[in-house]
Amino acid sequence: MSKTAFPPAIKSRPVYGVLESRPGFLHLVVADGEGAKAVVDLLAKSTAREAMLAAMHIIYTPGPNGTDQSNALKALGAAQFYRAPSIPSLLPRLAQVLANAHMGTQFYLAGTEGLMGQAERDIMATGVPYRDIQKEHRGSTMRRVQCVHCKGITENVATDPFKCSHCGLSLFVRDHYSRRLAAFQGVNIDAEDPGLVPVSVVRFI
Amino acid sequence: MSGGAKIKVRVAEVVVVNALIKRFRFVTLDGSLMPAFSGGSHTVIEMDDHGTRRLNPYSLMSNPEDRSGYEISVRRDDAGRGGSLYLHNHVHAGMEMEISYPVNLFPLDTRAKKHLMIAGGIGITPFLAQIAQLAHFGGKFELHYSARSKPFGAYMDGLMADYPGRVHCYFDDEKQTIDLANVLSMQPLGTHLYVCGPKGMINWVKATAAQMGWPAHAVHHEEFLAPGTGLPFKVELAASQKSITVGTSQSLLEAIEAAGVDAPYLCRGGACGQCETTVLGCDGKILHRDHWLTEEDHASNTKIMPCVSRFEGNALILDR
Repeated sequence: MSKTAFPPAIKSRPVYGVLESRPGFLHLVVADGEGAKAVVDLLAKSTAREAMLAAMHIIYTPGPNGTDQSNALKALGAAQFYRAPSIPSLLPRLAQVLANAHMGTQFYLAGTEGLMGQAERDIMATGVPYRDIQKEHRGSTMRRVQCVHCKGITENVATDPFKCSHCGLSLFVRDHYSRRLAAFQGVNIDAEDPGLVPVSVVRFI
Repeated sequence: MSGGAKIKVRVAEVVVVNALIKRFRFVTLDGSLMPAFSGGSHTVIEMDDHGTRRLNPYSLMSNPEDRSGYEISVRRDDAGRGGSLYLHNHVHAGMEMEISYPVNLFPLDTRAKKHLMIAGGIGITPFLAQIAQLAHFGGKFELHYSARSKPFGAYMDGLMADYPGRVHCYFDDEKQTIDLANVLSMQPLGTHLYVCGPKGMINWVKATAAQMGWPAHAVHHEEFLAPGTGLPFKVELAASQKSITVGTSQSLLEAIEAAGVDAPYLCRGGACGQCETTVLGCDGKILHRDHWLTEEDHASNTKIMPCVSRFEGNALILDR
């Protein structure tokens, strides 16, 4: 079960588990923010810690709330550790690793939904079944939301409704999620009654 | 009527492939096109074996692009319950039969970047259709096919000629085995693995792939089980208020049907899940033989797959 308690939601909403070590020739870890702790915990539980670290490539970036646990991950002594300054700068590194990877690669994603969703999207595109990509949520619950009207994506949405960062419409944040886009769906909340926008509340922190 | 829609067909051709295998071609009675199918599909052949109704699943091996007919290859099993023997000994060109619409429980996962196929013996049949499909759409594949000896390597020559470099053959009598760990270690990310053959081969391939970190959902297999024989046993059918006895060489599903009760089914080989039946009471031991139910289901004795599983004990009551 997920370490983060999420309210009950529709079936489309992703659910997360707890990372467990599985056999593999390459253990590819993609994490952000508090996700570093999930990786530390994964290795602490592993009965083959040294072998796993010797075949581990960790790609990490600080979380959207600024949490940076690079040092804790670096100290693990994995075969490769790479710290990217942001998610957009992390993804090309992931693409490069995927381009050279073989079957027998084990995937571990940890941290926020935005990071895990985008990593999952890119891994899935190689043909790896998404159900076999492990994901553990840690840290911020802020959402990556696509405006269904202008198709623009707004990162780190904390309030509901919120203003689309592209077209400016007031969007209601749904639990409806797209693995292909790695985003939740945002729908105009005052389409019928323009201007009648409920007060924004902080739903994602 | 359970089991899905049926097609009335005529046997167009029976070809001896080798000492154990015959190929059968079925066409519609009026010359119209057969329903479309995808590689990996099977059909259930209905046989009236001198009063005994037999329904056996066989993989379609012909090119899915060819809708003028369906072809299956049948390996004769002299120790089996009689379905393959009936096809070998009594089915001839010109005969009319009934077969089910195609059902695919072993489809290609078209999200894969490459398809790695492992075939053992007659397990080659679904791959023949899948390879034709991939050749048509330009998909990447690699086939490793083992047979007991060269004369028993059905369709090997054609495959080697059509797809040089992509088909690798192995013969038991020459002590050749697939270097599976090596093959699995070299596959690009996004490869899906398919295995069809004897149970031992399926288990070996699945276990090796799992040890080597292959994702569970990228490994696909198909194995039709024969119902097998066993001691006769009595069953209460609660919903239809009937009491039946399952004979030694009869399956529970066949016994239910023989009693005039319409029970759901599709593959009749323990694979598809369609015939899953709730057990209302069980004083004894269910001999689970399917690979549909989970281990927990098997242990709980609350469900049974009547197409392949049997029972021994005092009383079995089914919700049927």
